Amino acid sequence: MLDTVVIPLLKIAVLVNAVLVAVTFLVLMERKVIAWAQSRLGPMRVGPYGILQALADPIKLILKEDITPVKADRYVFTLAPIMSLVPALVVFAVVPFGPDPLYYIGDINVGLLFIISVTSIGVYGIILGGWASNSKYPLLASLRASAQLISYEIAVTMTLVSVILTTGTLSLVGIVEAQRESGIWFGFIQPVALVLVFIGGLAETNRAPFDLPEAETELTGGFHTEYSGMRFALFFLAEYANMIVISAVVVLIFFGGWLRPFPNIAWLGFLDLLPAWIWFVGKVFLFLYVFIWIRATLPRYRYDQLMSLGWKVLIPVAIGNLVVTGVFKVVF
Amino acid sequence: MAEALLFYTLAALILGLGVMVVSARSAVHSVLFLVVNFLLVAVLYVTLNAEFVAVIQVLVYAGGIVVLYLFVVMLVNLKQAPERFSDPRRLARSGLVLGGVVLALIVVVVSSSLRAGAAPEGTLSGFGTPFTSGNTEQLGWVLYTSYLIPFELASMLLLVAMVGAIVLAKRHLGE
Repeated sequence: MLDTVVIPLLKIAVLVNAVLVAVTFLVLMERKVIAWAQSRLGPMRVGPYGILQALADPIKLILKEDITPVKADRYVFTLAPIMSLVPALVVFAVVPFGPDPLYYIGDINVGLLFIISVTSIGVYGIILGGWASNSKYPLLASLRASAQLISYEIAVTMTLVSVILTTGTLSLVGIVEAQRESGIWFGFIQPVALVLVFIGGLAETNRAPFDLPEAETELTGGFHTEYSGMRFALFFLAEYANMIVISAVVVLIFFGGWLRPFPNIAWLGFLDLLPAWIWFVGKVFLFLYVFIWIRATLPRYRYDQLMSLGWKVLIPVAIGNLVVTGVFKVVF
Repeated sequence: MAEALLFYTLAALILGLGVMVVSARSAVHSVLFLVVNFLLVAVLYVTLNAEFVAVIQVLVYAGGIVVLYLFVVMLVNLKQAPERFSDPRRLARSGLVLGGVVLALIVVVVSSSLRAGAAPEGTLSGFGTPFTSGNTEQLGWVLYTSYLIPFELASMLLLVAMVGAIVLAKRHLGE
């Protein structure tokens, strides 16, 4: 009873809260980093250096009036933000923060596929949110979102197949262990796959330069135009939780998960003094920083450029990478 | 007992949602019920220890195909009911034929399962065994050895369908 029910429930409670708190600070981090990139200070008023802004934002969103448009489809309108946040949190069930079973909720043997499939459910939130608002800009954003997510999902999944060929397992713990055994992070064996998965991850989380579904300049905010208050906050939470998911997946597959840098060099063993989960979280935040850095640097793609990049560049490169990996696997 | 209870609950929910899919007023609501239906079928696979099939069910059906359904449903104006396309007499006739076919199928399935006797021991024994046992490798092995030719035929069929769709779309654009 204790091992099968109580402890997993405790772990789930801790993890969900940790993710949600991490999201609030991630929003602050994003505002700060973009401000620095643009020679500004960013939020400075609430707490020292604006740190408490991370708490002020959610409180503001909770207190705001929650408006449902009269012509909206009431049930779907309510359901959409929930459908977008829940898959983002469910994915964390298989993310291992360390080698010990204490650090993950479940290590299932189809872990990577589980992540891909559950994140593919998350798109319903965006599509239905735009449709249920019964307004033209959100609807356009939904159409964009569904087309974009389907095209980039194919490229990412194709790329991950070539990674699975190298690891020989779908379990995320197994993938990290394979990197420890081979003594090299897979990012160095599969650099093309790393770039493809990261670009695909940017597109699947609707981050700049692929944030077409919420392009403010053309669609007045995109799929969440009609949302306010806490429901808008749920969409917001989902986007940032998905960013954390993509960073965690990239770290686990390509950057050795909880392993210290250079796991093959023995005299660097003192680096193991830091607990494994700190290495993991640190690497995840490094990638979150890259997400923000890209947003501060690159302009948004045009829609046709986005589609031709997905179908004419990423998918052929992914297939080519798969073929090359297969040939290497057979020859060596 | 527990697994039987789980199975019948799931089966009832799946059938109920199936009815909701065809009876919902709004096409988008139908599609939503269909998503939940597919997810519950995936749960059914998990209870049978077929976690790979379950995940693929979510990935391909719930996550891929139904998104395309939604895409199409949102593009088509379904505000007016399609009455002017339907001839009630023809509808009744085709309904009769379809109902007959389904009835015949049910009769065949039930009678053949009755002839085969009770389900063999262990059909529903997946529930409770650890989720990590693994069947992805076995599935891949069987698929690429015993069932190689059907597998390749299926993939050729998909390729042909894809090329056909592109040709049809292109011809429309070109003229």
